[in-house]
Amino acid sequence: MNKLVKIFTIFISAIALTIASISSSFAKVEGEYIVLGSAISLTGKYSSNGVHTQNGYNMAVERINKMGGVKVGGKSYKFEIIYYDDESNPKRAAQLAERLIKQDGVHYMLGPYSSGLTKAIAPVTEKYKIPMVEANGASRSLFTKGYKYLFAVLSPANQYLEVAIDLAVEKNGGKPVKIAQAFEQDAFSQDVRLGILDAAKRTGSEIIIDDKLPKELNDMAATLAKVKATKPDVLVVSGHTKGALTAIRQISEMKVDVPMLAMTHCDAAKLSKQHGKKSEYALCASQWHKNLSYKDKFFGSGKKYDKDFKKEFGYAPPYQSAESSAALLVFKDAFERANSFDRDKVRDALKTTEMQTFYGNIKFGPGGQNVAKPMILFQVRCKGDTCENKVVAPTKWASDKFYHPIPKWSERS
Amino acid sequence: MDFLIFKAPMLMVQASLDGILLGILFALIAYGMALQWGVMNIINIAQGDLVILGGYIAYTMYLAGIHPAWGVIVSPIIMYFVGWALYKLVINKVVDRDLFISILATFGIAIVFQQLMNFIFGADVVVAQSEYGTTMLFDNSVTLPNSKIFSAFISVLYAVALVVYMKKSRLGRAIRATAQNARAAKILGVDTEKVYAATFGINAALCGIAGALISITLTLHPYVGLPYTVRSFMIVIVAGLGNLPAVALSGMGLGLFEEFADYILGTEFRIGAVFMLLVFILVYRRFKLSKKREYLK
Repeated sequence: MNKLVKIFTIFISAIALTIASISSSFAKVEGEYIVLGSAISLTGKYSSNGVHTQNGYNMAVERINKMGGVKVGGKSYKFEIIYYDDESNPKRAAQLAERLIKQDGVHYMLGPYSSGLTKAIAPVTEKYKIPMVEANGASRSLFTKGYKYLFAVLSPANQYLEVAIDLAVEKNGGKPVKIAQAFEQDAFSQDVRLGILDAAKRTGSEIIIDDKLPKELNDMAATLAKVKATKPDVLVVSGHTKGALTAIRQISEMKVDVPMLAMTHCDAAKLSKQHGKKSEYALCASQWHKNLSYKDKFFGSGKKYDKDFKKEFGYAPPYQSAESSAALLVFKDAFERANSFDRDKVRDALKTTEMQTFYGNIKFGPGGQNVAKPMILFQVRCKGDTCENKVVAPTKWASDKFYHPIPKWSERS
Repeated sequence: MDFLIFKAPMLMVQASLDGILLGILFALIAYGMALQWGVMNIINIAQGDLVILGGYIAYTMYLAGIHPAWGVIVSPIIMYFVGWALYKLVINKVVDRDLFISILATFGIAIVFQQLMNFIFGADVVVAQSEYGTTMLFDNSVTLPNSKIFSAFISVLYAVALVVYMKKSRLGRAIRATAQNARAAKILGVDTEKVYAATFGINAALCGIAGALISITLTLHPYVGLPYTVRSFMIVIVAGLGNLPAVALSGMGLGLFEEFADYILGTEFRIGAVFMLLVFILVYRRFKLSKKREYLK
């Protein structure tokens, strides 16, 4: 009798397991839901930007679902996202990607936050042939590996500050300029540096200081002293938020006068809020700004997105949120054009994406990077004690004139 | 290799002053580490995280509208109790065990602190503004942020106060006695448990001061503690335990060396150069010791 019970239990559990595995293999589309998966940094050092990314995703999911969802095969589906916290740890992110694909049966992925984590996940999604639309990995090396299932809605890192060098040359009457640069030693910043090297070569400009900042460094005094001594035409700094904050702090304290200062991560660092007037005239690369004239039917314009996002989450959307929202618009468009849930058909549809979103035009190049959207530059400008980011380049969207050269510290109040 | 610094003498002055001012601040953190290492034989991996926590205390005051410089008084008081509580909760269980266990325990504390700070203060990099302005020397060619001068001054002030306290006060004497021979001190009626708790508290307080100073001179982030631990560890190794002038000198020396390495070898080799120096010093010390041993034989 006892034996019989044992056999019966084994039999039941075997059936249960089979059912479980079948149901998970259909998990890509459950009932009326299209299930997307994302490993995202909700804790750890990227947690603030991770949350911006998640808010961007959630906002788009809610909006698309509310406005009729995704129409495939004459039926309307809704988006749903399974999130896991990757703890800002690349190894964990790769594990979670496996888990999403193998255990949760997710067939479409959304990217994590940062180039480093996207790099960790991309080999996994590639291995299982899972299309991934990512919005926060800009490193050039992501797009040179021949990945076939990776699509990025953002401009690659090497484009971040190229425009700034062109602008400096233009202000110099078309003549080559002297460039001083300091970049952190990480994948993203070094890609930004490659962009500058290209721009320098193209314009015949000379790089007179080329410092690579160690990751743990929070003191740039030596670099800035060199800048003071050599008087370049433009100073370029990229080192995430820490680099941006350190640079402004020490430039203002050491009274370093440069005609032009170009940086990345100004808005992530809340530069104009944390440093106020000291950050005035800094030129910053950005993927997006609310004042751009792009439009789509889900979010309307950038300004409307800004307003709705503020209402929903209580703070102004950084570009990390905007590009994350755009990723879902891309997925929706691809599903509808593929008119199928077949992964390869969806991938092929993604490949031929050509659309405008409130975030910008999106068209993927051969490596999966977005080639249709230029980077923009804004400049921090202050009125009294309140400082704002004003778009100054490209000229098409410039809301303000580019202020050049930066007045000397002795002339600044 | 770049010899810009030799072409411009003013750069030399700038580099030296930058190095020394920063070195003094690091020496303060290192002194705390040397103190509790000497007394309790514990290498505190969480040293840097205590510094950052101290910085966040000053930053919180800054957010509340109080000048962050007051942090150099408030932060050590709060941090003393944090250190004291840490001792009672964790450190007292590992104080007599071998070094490995204490390293593991403090490493655990470091992770917990990082996550807690991340949870409470967020993962953004933050700065507090002192608005102290800048001192310009030699016709503006050398600029010194007053916040750095202030932080060096405060560091020296506290270090001197601590030395006097260790020499004159009852607790200071007890700490020194325990450091020399814990068992003998215990037999002679020193409550070593209390001494240990106080030492760990004093160390945390020193970290608190340094953190408050860092909030106005550098930047704060929950995960940047480790470089401060490593730096103070190096200073202590070079200087040896329980020797304040040596700690101060080695702090300034390393600061100077780092700045010059930056100019001559390039920024990317700055930290690498300091580690190379450390290896040289350790090898040299071993060499000297072995000679001494031979002599004794």
